[in-house]
Formats: sequence, structure tokens, C-alpha cells
Amino acid sequence: MVIGDVQKDFLLAVEGLTVSFDGFKAVNDLSFYVDENEIRVIIGPNGAGKTTVLDLICGKTEATSGSIKFRGQELTHMTPNQIVLAGVGRKFQTPSIYDDLTVFENLEISYPRGRTVFGALTFKRDAAVRDRVEAVAETIFLKDRLHTSAELLSHGQKQWLEIGMLLIQEPALLMLDEPVAGMSVSERVKTAELLHGIIKNHSVLVIEHDMKFVEDIAHKVIVLHQGRILSEGKMEKVKNDPKVIEVYLGH
Amino acid sequence: MSENTRFFNRSELMALAVLALLLVVVLPLSLDVFRLNLVAKYLTYAFVAIGLVLCWGYGGILSLGQGVFFGLGGYCMAMFLKLEASSVANTKIQSTPGIPDFMDWNQLTQLPFFWKPFHSLTFTIVAIFAVPAIFAFIVGAAMFKRRVGGVYFAIITQAIAAILTILIVGQQGYTGGINGITDLRTLKGWDIRTDQAKFILYFVEVAFLLAGVAVALFIRHSKLGRILVAMREKEDRVRFSGYSVANFKIFAFCIAAVFAAVGGALFTLEVGFMSPSFVGIVPSIEMVIYTAVGGRLSVFGAIYGTLIVNFAKTSFSESFPELWLFGLGALFIAVVLAFPNGLAGLWRDYVQPRLDAVLLRRPGAAKWASRQVSESVPDGAAAE
Ligand SMILES: Nc1ncnc2c1ncn2[C@@H]1O[C@H](COP(=O)(O)OP(=O)(O)OP(=O)(O)O)[C@@H](O)[C@H]1O
Ligand SMILES: [Mg+2]
Repeated sequence: MVIGDVQKDFLLAVEGLTVSFDGFKAVNDLSFYVDENEIRVIIGPNGAGKTTVLDLICGKTEATSGSIKFRGQELTHMTPNQIVLAGVGRKFQTPSIYDDLTVFENLEISYPRGRTVFGALTFKRDAAVRDRVEAVAETIFLKDRLHTSAELLSHGQKQWLEIGMLLIQEPALLMLDEPVAGMSVSERVKTAELLHGIIKNHSVLVIEHDMKFVEDIAHKVIVLHQGRILSEGKMEKVKNDPKVIEVYLGH
Repeated sequence: MSENTRFFNRSELMALAVLALLLVVVLPLSLDVFRLNLVAKYLTYAFVAIGLVLCWGYGGILSLGQGVFFGLGGYCMAMFLKLEASSVANTKIQSTPGIPDFMDWNQLTQLPFFWKPFHSLTFTIVAIFAVPAIFAFIVGAAMFKRRVGGVYFAIITQAIAAILTILIVGQQGYTGGINGITDLRTLKGWDIRTDQAKFILYFVEVAFLLAGVAVALFIRHSKLGRILVAMREKEDRVRFSGYSVANFKIFAFCIAAVFAAVGGALFTLEVGFMSPSFVGIVPSIEMVIYTAVGGRLSVFGAIYGTLIVNFAKTSFSESFPELWLFGLGALFIAVVLAFPNGLAGLWRDYVQPRLDAVLLRRPGAAKWASRQVSESVPDGAAAE
């Protein structure tokens, strides 16, 4: 159990992760490790398997083989809600928020209390809930929009709202799939600022296409290509890797 | 914000008051016993419609088999009443006295075991709630845990409705077959067939309905109600926020089943019989249409929708029986395509703003009236 001991130091340890869709290996023997309070970015061309990696970690897709350990806990056989309870939160690639509810209600649903049927029936919107929702709304720049219907938010604000919905869950690891897609330049800058604030007490796994943004935030970058790691390391190193340049120019 | 968490906001309280006024005062004073009894019958379907608002409107779970639960509730009630009507004294001429007449005709010589507990009224009342809830739980758990949803779920509920109908019709000796359970007479010795009894039962039913509305609004305004809406929109987001989506769906389906069953039990009491014609595919779909026409996001809309469609049905099908089904189908398509929020949505979007405009222009005295009218309305707004 030498490997097990080594893994304990990492927040997230992915080893030999493979998923095959009818023979097509969208993720192929992938291994990487994420530390506490680290921002890790996964980049890669379309169809590289980035979203699939998050699907595997959060339990949306079942792995064909390999292991995902989160704080020493094996996630591959846990249900999605158990994984959330263990401390993993995930933002989807297209903003997934509840259009028919207000910003406040969107955030409140993610508040980590009253998650059973009976708990939800008897849930009380008390001061603790209100304060927490307001605090998170402030962080995600939506404090003055709390009582607007989420449908009326701009695309960028919807992305923030979904990030806020993760924050209120207080996960140890946040996984963000393309958090700045569809954002204006100024929104991107604010989002980078937001993420820098977030990593003070969370680890973040980000998928992103926007190179400038990646340079802004990343500690370490993984370049994924056809389900495998093409290159890994600091942004400057990765950027100048001939294999990476080839793949990106090829697309 | 607080508007949406209080169990009833002001407009809903007004809507509840107007509904109560209509059902408790206006209709009983203005309709003869025959018409009032029709209303009573229609209102039993309104229970199903309220259940569908919760399950389908809010939760997005379309069940095309609510007749099953209506029937389960109705049959539970009918079994009790039938046993009471089949006392040894009443059934002396049968070859086996003391069992329901249809059993005797089918050469049964003994009361089947599952009929026996229905001698007890307490058991019957518990069963009216428990039987449909347990059945819905089993179906829901089997489907939702496997992530069967949407159209597939709707089709399966239809299949269940069809199977149950066939079962009831086929097992004539145990169920009364195609004729159902008829010739029900008394409830604990009280004759339920008289005009006076029907009049009293109408008020009992209205009390149940208003309580049902209160329960539905309570659920709607709880966090569970918001989770149902969230689930309808972005099921995966709810799942990956740490909820067991299946459990919430099962709950919504069970609640809808219980509402339908209470309606069915009251139907048996009011109308005096229960038959498989209320269980199958056609009645189940009709009940969805009432809900859609009234507005699937509005508890009040569903009740008015049920009453309006049924009155239309009664008056049309008296004169053009063949055309009615086409009319109903056309109505449904029109609602789905053009007015997805049904009458409640139309009211909210067109009538209410105009009423407000007209009434607000009049000074002073009209102020209270305007508030009353504008807020008394079946509104889908609360759900959005
Ligand atoms: N459930 C699935 N069944 C079959 N194939 C799938 C499934 N999910 C993903 N794939 C395939 O796996 C490959 C990787 O998809 P993925 O969505 O992970 O790419 P991505 O790197 O996120 O791309 P993008 O940058 O466009 O978001 C694609 O070819 C996709 O078609
Ligand atoms: Mg992707």
C-alpha cells in the first residue's frame, strides 16, 4: 500500500483513469494529482476529453478503469450526491442555473442544509441562510440582483451565479468547466479576481480555452489531447512545448 | 423574497378566499341539487389536477396514469361501502349471504382475504392514503432510481393504467368487473343516496379540497417546491448540488397519487359507485388535459380548469357526443401550442393587467375591489 500512503498528501489523485464509449477511449490512462489550495487548469482542443474528466470525477460518467481518490476516499463507486457531500463541486460547461427562480433561490438551493425530502419540506430560511447567501452574492458580484429572476442575468452573470452555487456548498474542490466562456473582457478580469479569492481556501480544477485567462490564474497546466496528457507543468513551459504548439496549430 | 417563502402570500390567500366563497356560498345557493352534484363530481377530478400541478407542473414529471390512483382510492372506499351494503340481512337471497352480490354471481363462496380488512372504516381511511402512496413509491423507485423519466415514464404510467383496467375487468369475482362496484348505500348506517346526504357530502368534499389546496401551497412554498422547479429545469444541476433527484421525484409522484386517491374516494361517496372506466388510459389523459387547460403551474387554475372543461363536456356531449373527444383533443393541442400556462396564464397575462388598469382608474372605493379581483386569481406567477 505504498501508493496509498503517497496519495494521502494530495487532495485529488487520479490514476490510470480510462473511460471507453463503445471502444472509443475519450479518456485514456490519465493520471494527475492536485494539491490543497492549488489552481490546476486543463486545456486542450475540442473533443480532447476535458469535460469527460470532470464527468468522471463528479460521478456523472462511470469510469471503465482507474481510480479517483479524493482525500484518500475512492470516488469511482460513489453516487453523485455522496461525491458532493465528500466536498467536490462542479460547474457545467453551459451555465446550469434555474431560470425560473431568483438569484437568491438559486443560491439557497445549494446551501448545504435540508437536502433530504423531509429536510427540504421543513427547511427554514433563517438568518444564517440569508447571511450566507448575501455574502456569496457579494463575492460573485450579484448582490444587487438577488431578487431578480435568474433568467434575466447576462451570460457572464449566469456563469458567476453557478460558481456562487458551488461556493455556498463549501466544497474543498471546485471544478469549473469553461467559466469564462461567453464573457466580456472586463467580466473575465473580474472572474480571474474571483478565482484568486476562491483559492485562498479551496482547490480549483478549471477547464479553459482562453490562454490569456489561463496565464492569469494557473499554477500548473495540463494539456489534454485525445484523452491523454500531452504536456504538463508551468504555463511558460507548456506554451513552448513543440508538441503543444503542433496540436494547437493543427486545430 | 419573503413573499415566496411564506406559506401563503396575500394573493394566494385571496384566491383561496374567493374559491371558498364560490364553492361554499355561491354554487350551493345558485345551483339545484342535480347541478350541485355534478360540481361535486367534477371537484373529485380537481384533486387529481392539484396533484398533477405538483408533480407535472412543478416537478416536470408527466404521469398519464393518474386514473390508477383515482381508482385505488375509489375502490378502497367502494369496498368498504359494498361490504356494509352486503350484510347478511341484505343478501339473504344469495347462495352465500353476507358477501357482495357480484361475488355470489361469480360463484365465490367466501370473502377474498384482501376484502376482509375493509370491514373497518379506520382501515379503509388509512388504505385510501397508504395504498396509492405505497404503489406510487414502488413504481417511482423502480423508475426514477434507474433514471427513467420524461416520455418513457409517461408511457409506463399509461401501461400501468391499461394493465390495472384489464386486471379489474378480468377478475370479475373479486372486483365487480366492468360494471365496477355498484349499489352502495350507507356509510356507517347513514344513507348516502339521499339529496340531503349529497348536499352534506358536497361540503365535506369542499373542506377536503380547500385543505388540499393549503397542502399544495405549503409544498409549493417550501424549499422542496423550489427544488421541484429546479429539477424540472436542470435536473443535473440539482443532482450535482448534492440532492438525490430520484427521492424528490418519488415524493412528488407519491403526493400526486395521494391527491388522486382522495379524489377517487370522494367520487365513490358522492356518485355512489366506482368502475374501471375511471382507471384506464382515457380518463387519465383527460385529467392531464384539465390540468393543462387550467394551467399546470397554478393550483387554482387547475381547479377552475377542471370545472370548466367538465361543464363544457357535459353540455357538449349532450348535444354532440361524437364531437366531444375531437373538441377535447383540439383544446389540448391549442393549449399546449399556444397557451402553455393555460387559463391561469391567460388570466395573468391579459385579464388581470386590464382589470387592474380599469379598477385603479376609479378612485377611492374601488381600491379594495381592485385588489380583491386582481389577486383573487388563479395565478401561475407564483411558480415562476
Ligand atoms: N457520453 C458519451 N458517449 C459517447 N461519447 C462521448 C460521451 N461523452 C463524451 N464523448 C466523446 O468524448 C470526446 C471528448 O468529449 P469532451 O466533451 O470531454 O471534450 P472536451 O475536451 O470537453 O471538448 P470541448 O472543448 O469541445 O468542450 C468527444 O469526442 C465526445 O464526442
Ligand atoms: Mg468540454
